[in-house]
Formats: sequence, C-alpha cells, structure tokens
Amino acid sequence: MSSILKVENVTMQFGGVVAVDNLNLEVNEGEIVALIGPNGAGKTTAFNVITGVYQPTNGAVWFQGDKIVENHPQGKMKKLYKGEEAGSYTHVLAPTPDKITQLGMARTFQNIRLWKSQTVFDNVLIAMHCRTHTNFLAASFRMNHREEQEQRERVAQLLETVGLYDVKDELATSLPYGKQRRLEIARALATDPKLLLLDEPAAGMNPQETQELTAFIGQIRSDFHMTVFLIEHHMDLVMDISDRIYVLDFGKLIAQGTPEEIQNNNRVIDAYLGVVEDA
Amino acid sequence: MITTRKKTNLISLLLVAAMLALVIVLDQVIQPTDSMSMLLKVLQKGSIYALAAVSMNLLNGFTGLFSLGHAGFMLIGAYTYAILTIPSEVRDVVYQYYDAAIRLSFPETLGNAMGPVGTLLGVVLAIVAAGLAATLVAWLIGLPVLRLKSDYLAIATLGFAEVVRAVFQWGKLGPVTNGSNPLKSFVRINSFQLKLGGTTISLTTFVPVLLATVCIALIVLLVNSTYGRSFKAIRDDEVAAEAMGINLARHKIMSFCISSFFAGVSGAGMAMVLGIAQASNFKSAMTYEILLMVVLGGIGSISGSCIGAMLFIAASEWWLRGLDSGNFLGINAPGIFRNGFRLVVFSVIIMIVVLFFRKGIMGDRELPDLFKKRARKEAAGK
Repeated sequence: MSSILKVENVTMQFGGVVAVDNLNLEVNEGEIVALIGPNGAGKTTAFNVITGVYQPTNGAVWFQGDKIVENHPQGKMKKLYKGEEAGSYTHVLAPTPDKITQLGMARTFQNIRLWKSQTVFDNVLIAMHCRTHTNFLAASFRMNHREEQEQRERVAQLLETVGLYDVKDELATSLPYGKQRRLEIARALATDPKLLLLDEPAAGMNPQETQELTAFIGQIRSDFHMTVFLIEHHMDLVMDISDRIYVLDFGKLIAQGTPEEIQNNNRVIDAYLGVVEDA
Repeated sequence: MITTRKKTNLISLLLVAAMLALVIVLDQVIQPTDSMSMLLKVLQKGSIYALAAVSMNLLNGFTGLFSLGHAGFMLIGAYTYAILTIPSEVRDVVYQYYDAAIRLSFPETLGNAMGPVGTLLGVVLAIVAAGLAATLVAWLIGLPVLRLKSDYLAIATLGFAEVVRAVFQWGKLGPVTNGSNPLKSFVRINSFQLKLGGTTISLTTFVPVLLATVCIALIVLLVNSTYGRSFKAIRDDEVAAEAMGINLARHKIMSFCISSFFAGVSGAGMAMVLGIAQASNFKSAMTYEILLMVVLGGIGSISGSCIGAMLFIAASEWWLRGLDSGNFLGINAPGIFRNGFRLVVFSVIIMIVVLFFRKGIMGDRELPDLFKKRARKEAAGK
C-alpha cells in the first residue's frame, strides 16, 4: 500500500493562536481514515490546509508522491511562530483550491454548499467543468458536443449509483438533508478524484440517515476504489468504517491507530470526557 | 429529452427569423411622418439597450459580479467605432479644432477595394474593433479590480467609468477623441439600404435589431455552455466553485471581458443609432438605466433583460412622452403635464413593478420556460 496523502509537520497559526500544531499524518491508497477530536480541535483547519484554503504557517503536504503545499514562517510570523521545525522548509508552494482539486483531491463541506439555483443534474455536471479541455469559444459554438454528451452520460451514471437519478431535475436545495449530503459527495466524485475528503458528512443527521451514510461511504470505496479521509463526530460511523483513526486535541495529535486501539486509549477518553481529578 | 430540446431550439430560431422579417416589413411600411414612426425609433434604440442590458446581465446576473462600469465600456466602443468609420473627406470638418491623428476609415478603404460588400465588411470590422478595444481595457482594469467583492467592485468600476469619460474629454487627446466635441458624420443606421432592381429597401431599423439579435444569440450560447454553467456556480457559491476545480480568477476575468466586449459593441450600436458619439452622453446615469432594465426584467434572465429594455425605452421615449407636452391619453392639462412630469409618473410605475414583481418581470426564467411550465401543467391535468 502506497501513501497517497502525507501531511508533514504542518503548523497553522492565526496570529498567536495555534490551531494545528505540528501535525503529521498519512493516508494510504484504498483506506478509509478518520480524523476525530473534540470541538475546536483543529480538524477543519487541517482540512483547509490540505485543500489549499489556508496556507500553513510551516510544513508541507505531499500528494501522490509530489509536494503540493509548502511554507515556512515569514515576516511577522517569524516572531510569532512557536513550533520547532522552522528550518526544515525553505520553499513556498501555495496552490489555490482549484489547482488542488485538479490534482485529484475533492472535498465536501461541513455546512452543505450546493449551488442553490441549479438542478441536481447540473450540480454534478458543473463539477466536471474542471476536466474539460475546450476554450470558451469552442464551447459556445458547441464544438465540444461529443465531450459534453459523454459528460452528461457520466453524470446520469453517477446519479444512478448514488441513488439520486429519480430527482435529477429537482432544485438541489429542495432535496431532503440526507440527499443533499449524498449530492455533495456525488458532486465531489464528479471531479474525478483519487482522494475524497469528507468534512463531517453525518453532521445533523438522525441515526437512520447516519446508518445509510455509513453504508454509502462503504459503497463508494468498493464502487470507485476511492481513498476516503473524513472528519466526523458520530463515533458509531467512525468506528464502523475507518481502517485507521487520528485523534486531534487542541491542535495536537494525541493518538493514532485502529478503532479498537483508539477506543481503549486513555488520552482519547480524557480528551472527550475530561480528566477525572482525585479529590 | 434531447429531441424536445432540438424542437425548442428550432422554434426559437423560426421565431427570431420571423421577427427580423417583420422588422424589415415595418421599415418599409411605416413612413417617417406616420405617428407609428416612434415604433421604429423604439425598436432601434431598444434593441441596442437590450444588448447592453444582456451584456450587463451576463456579469451581474450570471457571474454575480456587481459592476457599474458599463457606460465606460460603451463609451470606448462608441468612440472606437466612430473614429474608425469617419470618411476622410469630412474628417477635417469633424475635427475642426484639432489635427486628426487617426486617418483610417475601414468602410471607405475596404469599400474602395471591394465595392459595397467591402463597405459592409468595414463597418462590421469597426464594430468588432469597438468590442475588442473595450475588452482590452476591461482586461487591464479587471486584473486588479476583480480582487474586490460586491459593493467595493461596484464602486471601483463606477469610478473607472467616470475616469474614462474624463479622459475622452481631455483636450490633450483631441487629435484622437476630438476633445469634448462630438464625433459625427460616420456610418450610421440610415446609411444602410438594399437596392434590388429599381426598388430600394431601407434597413434602418433592421441593422440595429440584427446586430443586437446576433450578439444576444452569442451570449445565450455562451451562457448555456459549460463555461456559462460555471459562471452560475461562481454566482451561487464561490467557495464551492473553487473547491470543485473552477479557477475563480480566470473565470471572473473571462466573464468581465466578454461582458465588456458586448458592451463595446452596444456602444458602437448606440453611436450608429444616434449618429453622434459624445463622451458627455455616457454618464453613470446610463449605467443606472441599464441596471434598471436588468432588474426590471429579472436578474439572471436574458429574455427578461430584452423585455425590460424594450419596455423601458418604449415608456420613456414614446408612451409617456405626452406627459411632458401637455397631452396624455386625451387629457389636455398643460398645467400639470409639463416638462419633467413624465419622470414622476415613470418613477411611480417602476416602484409598482418592483413591488409586485419582486424578482423582476421574468425572475430567473426565460421565455421558453413559461411554455414548458404550461405544457407540464396540462400533462399533469390529464
């Protein structure tokens, strides 16, 4: 199993606040890996660094063997930086999120961000735009109709697999919550990724919907041979499907391992339930 | 599904052709002295405003970039067109205070070489040049300005339009722009005639309508392409669009440039209709008028913008004219109906429209959508 994503000594500091502190983690091809932690532990910040929304203060991110993000403390951050790995990185690599998506990493959002005025079908179709090779003139004069036809067939197929084909002409926002989540995942899959990043896919879902989602993520892995890296609060879901789990607390990695190991790890239990102090 | 789409396309194409044919017929039937001659004036001016409104809608309604620089781009288009089409023999009369720097006239040069076809080609080239000049300027100012969002972008582009107007009136640029004096005597719409045997067919109204139709059709094609869809994605949610691999900077500047191209073309059309190109006409009030048409028609609806522009021009130039001159709907009241009263009534009408059509006349639907809805309802009824 080769590593597809590697986060190396990543520190993300907002002024003096350290949101992610020297994070190291690795996701191998074909795995489902979860990143968990209490509220405010820095999970989404870590995601945003990986997908290019934020530029890390220090550290690097590797994807499929290539370094895609790198930074070192500069200017004002030189004084404020509290980590130790300052000297290891010398270059600055800061691609925008769209570049990273084109490299083959697709994400969903914690609070659903579908294109509201578009239909279910168009939401998925627009996500394929980043893989088109036509310029705007050729596209306007329909010189790409073969490519577009192909895309439309792929969208139909994709919607069929995720079970949304019968609602393809509805507005995205008129779908029930669980289906909107599904659509967001389908949209991410439409960008043809190697690695799927899910930011709290089960947020706001009832147990029934969560169970369906668990099955759905498993189905994605088997159908699309996808590697999945997810942030989640629902422990049932995480323990059910993940191969490995990383636990963050106050920006620091406090544990990693299989679900069983994590369940029996005292530091994790302390982080979630609080430390019992002897009177 | 594909067959119905083809059918709709065919029907729209036939309707547009019928409309163009009707315009030619109207052009012959209505004499300049008729009371209906205002209809032609409205069609000429309205179609150019419709093009301007649609091009603004492409940026404001479809890409979600609130820009108010439209009058500036139209001005650049109008001047480029005018400068490139003034015949050489009148050039010194037009530039009476300056020594004209650009002495090239596309229609004349090509007309001498190729006859009437060359003249036509020259005019078309001048119109395209007008669009390209606006595009070039849009690209230059788009690089810094498009980093701004919403209100800030509106203010920056509004300022840009004012700067352009001031620069074109600047005396030092007189040899090119004729300073604050108007450019005139260039090829305008009533120069277009078709001679078939003994009869002369006037194309005065047909030319601006055709120009607007072709350009709007191009915009429709763009909006329905993969690029148009990603523009809408940027409008709906920028963060999601970027996360799905849409390069924001590239798509925004593309939309800005294309919108400005058609703004430049509509500026050229405006010069052709008015027969005069003067910087002081392209005030920010013009941008607001166009914005009003877009909002009245419905932000995000191309047919809405066309309807909005036609209604606006018809109301302000024709239907409500009587309110200024003392006679309206058979009521003769020179005491109330005097200069400026038209604008009062007009404002009230706009308020009523905005109150009862919150999202404009068409919302974000297009004309064919209305028929589709009806068809679906009928099918459901059965």
